[in-house]
Amino acid sequence: MNEDSQDSTTVNSEDSREYLTFTLGDEEYGIDILNVQEIRGYDTVTKIANSPHFIKGVINMRGVIVPIIDMRLKFDLGEVEYNQFTVVIILNITGRVVGMVVDGVSDVIALHQDQIRPAPEFGAVLDTAYIDGLATLEERMVIMVNIERLMNSEEMGLVDQARASAE
Amino acid sequence: MTIDMTRFYQVFFDEASEHLAEMETLLLELDIEAPDPEVLNAIFRAAHSIKGGAGTFGFSDVARVTHILETLLDRVRKHELHPSVEIIDTTLQAGDLLKAQLAAHQQGTEFEDPQIAAVCERLETLAQGDLPAAESVSPLVDPDPRTWWGITFNAGLLEAPDREAGLVAALAELGELEHTPAATTPGERLNWRLHTAAGREAIVEIFDFLCDPSEVEITAMGQAEAAADADEAGFGLFEDAPGAAPSSGDQELDGFGLFDDSPGMEQVAETAARQREELQQGFGFFATAPGAPGADPANAESAPASPPPPSGAAPRRQPGGVRRQPQGESSIRVSVEKVDQLINLVGELVITHAMLAESASGLDPVAQERVLDGLSNLERNSRDLQQAVMSIRMMPISFVFNRFPRVVRDTAAALDKKVSLRLIGEDTELDKGLIERLADPLNHLVRNSIDHGIETAQQRIEQGKPETGEIVLAASHRGGNVVVEVSDDGAGLDRERLLAKAAERGVALPDNPSDKEVWQLIFAPGFSTAKAVTDISGRGVGMDVVRRNIEAMNGRVEIDSEPGQGTRITIRLPLTLAILDGMSVRVCDETFILPLTVIRESIRPQPGQCKTLAGKGNVVHVGEEYLPLVALHQLFGLSVQQVAPEASILVIIESNEGRAALQVDDLLAQHQVVIKSLETNYRKVEGISGATIMGDGRVAMILDVDALVRLSRKTS
Repeated sequence: MNEDSQDSTTVNSEDSREYLTFTLGDEEYGIDILNVQEIRGYDTVTKIANSPHFIKGVINMRGVIVPIIDMRLKFDLGEVEYNQFTVVIILNITGRVVGMVVDGVSDVIALHQDQIRPAPEFGAVLDTAYIDGLATLEERMVIMVNIERLMNSEEMGLVDQARASAE
Repeated sequence: MTIDMTRFYQVFFDEASEHLAEMETLLLELDIEAPDPEVLNAIFRAAHSIKGGAGTFGFSDVARVTHILETLLDRVRKHELHPSVEIIDTTLQAGDLLKAQLAAHQQGTEFEDPQIAAVCERLETLAQGDLPAAESVSPLVDPDPRTWWGITFNAGLLEAPDREAGLVAALAELGELEHTPAATTPGERLNWRLHTAAGREAIVEIFDFLCDPSEVEITAMGQAEAAADADEAGFGLFEDAPGAAPSSGDQELDGFGLFDDSPGMEQVAETAARQREELQQGFGFFATAPGAPGADPANAESAPASPPPPSGAAPRRQPGGVRRQPQGESSIRVSVEKVDQLINLVGELVITHAMLAESASGLDPVAQERVLDGLSNLERNSRDLQQAVMSIRMMPISFVFNRFPRVVRDTAAALDKKVSLRLIGEDTELDKGLIERLADPLNHLVRNSIDHGIETAQQRIEQGKPETGEIVLAASHRGGNVVVEVSDDGAGLDRERLLAKAAERGVALPDNPSDKEVWQLIFAPGFSTAKAVTDISGRGVGMDVVRRNIEAMNGRVEIDSEPGQGTRITIRLPLTLAILDGMSVRVCDETFILPLTVIRESIRPQPGQCKTLAGKGNVVHVGEEYLPLVALHQLFGLSVQQVAPEASILVIIESNEGRAALQVDDLLAQHQVVIKSLETNYRKVEGISGATIMGDGRVAMILDVDALVRLSRKTS
């Protein structure tokens, strides 16, 4: 699951990119696969004092301290039990490593730029500011998320804002 | 080629600054009354090495200053000049200039300052100081080291077609060659003339390739052969042709800018040395005044600074004065980044081992003996490895201490005080990162001690103290910490004046402040007790910066002072920035690490020992003090329920915000933990200074007690 995976894409077109899709509640989301470092199960975390409720804590990933965010808590999809099927997507956002708990990982899809339609103002759990657009895939609708913008945003509280604006 | 050279710039800068530091140390150690020839030689070598490197890399301004400096030092080391305070002062100044020049080059600019010319001129004047009139003329005797050599050999040697061309080319490299083309008759003798600085050996060597040297007749023309030979001994390194000198290995090294001494130099006869000296002056020094026979030294002194020799040629022409480094002291330069990476990896290894050991603890010791044996071996090896890797980063504290003889000397001179410096425990090792960051605070403290602490000689005599004040810089290992002390035998801190100043500035103080509390005042920003602001101190921006710097290194500062007896400032530092000695404590279900340095004691409180203060939270009565109670589970929101202090353990911590009692559920164990930053992937969390990975692979937070005390004050 790294940059190399792009080489194996079956789509030849220049401007098509690969996306990892995952589910949150009833909605399906897609993120740029280049931001995904790995996918792993859920481990016990160490809580961080006085952090927002959706930040579950930090884990030790081979010596690197990685914060874990539960997207289901973040977007008020209710408490979901953690079991052996709970999936954590480890993201690499401009060098920072962050883990994201989701309901499940569904697929890797290749999409052409023109397959992604601009998103109308709608009542998704995500603010449209973080949505690049919508894609239709075999009757399913996939919401394309700009994960970099989302993770660096103030509401995630992952980055010191002074630092974020400097970047 | 340029790209290739820039790759070595850093090495040159590193080496040059090492040489400069060494030169400075030696100069300060030098006993003017009875100079040690070894020390004088070492000083000269240091200057010479810098010059060589500077020439090679094309830093002509550096080469120029070092060249002039070297001329002076060379005379001193040959006992032609007696070292004086003035010479040492000027040399130190030149060292400072060189530092500035090197720093500028490192930035890719050039350091230009009228001071350079002034210092150079003084160096030159000093170098001529004792020069008798006769000697100042002597360079004129033989300004040209070249001699005419007659070479006679049998033309048969040149029978092979390209031999003649090769021979002519080889000889022409040595100097100006007058040759006659080979005749067709094999029996004829050929007479060639060569005008060169190279000696007979060089010519013989060339012919060595062709024939038996005895078949070639080489005679010096014009000058007596003996003189020419002396010349050759003195100027072995002046030859331009690589490999032409008898000691061709050294010649080659020279070509690469290493400038090591040729072994033969040690045995150079007195006369040869004399002549070399004169010639050197002829090249660099008196270049502009060759036509001044009989000029008296005064005249020579008033002459304007002579232009230095072309920089590129300068190092080549220098007779080598540097002794080869002893083979034993071999070392390599490695970037700190690589070492840190290594330390991280070893840290991971130790953690992985701890995890393995934990999973293996359930195994049957009889059935799985081999596995368990292997694990214990692995533990021992990985611990050794960790220590070995850590030691790479360790450096003796002398790296910082060594600059202080100079600081003390200059500061004392500026203030017209007599101060001596004693260094203790210079071999104490600590992390390189800490050493670099220790320099500034120590500098401040030492200068403060001289300015405020040590009295003038007059005052000291009146008080019956020795006239010369003493500053002691001491370093030692004490229980996993490095303790650095700066103490003086000066006046000590003035309690009354500090209190008055505190009142004036409106600094809050308890009614009957203890001495310690009063001394801490000097760390307040903008607090200065100096009666007058001087260049050295008194602006009140020193001590708070000192404290902040030390705290940034996880260290702390303490002051002891006795009026009339002196002041002692103690700095406690962890051995390294990467590792922390900590106590793991349990609060609810979480484990936290508390740095050992902050823990005073831990108590199990008796009922009634904890009291509630209206509006000020809880306090604990310990000994004679009432300490604020910091309830971790509340601060971190770990439990909604109040936990009675009587049911838990109180750890008395010493923070910069004062003492406090930290309420925890349990003390678990003492660890050495590897500090990991939370901010790499997350952000700063108040009350937490970092994170670490425990033996079971879980993450534990390291508590920041100063922030905790602040936090608890805010919330209560």
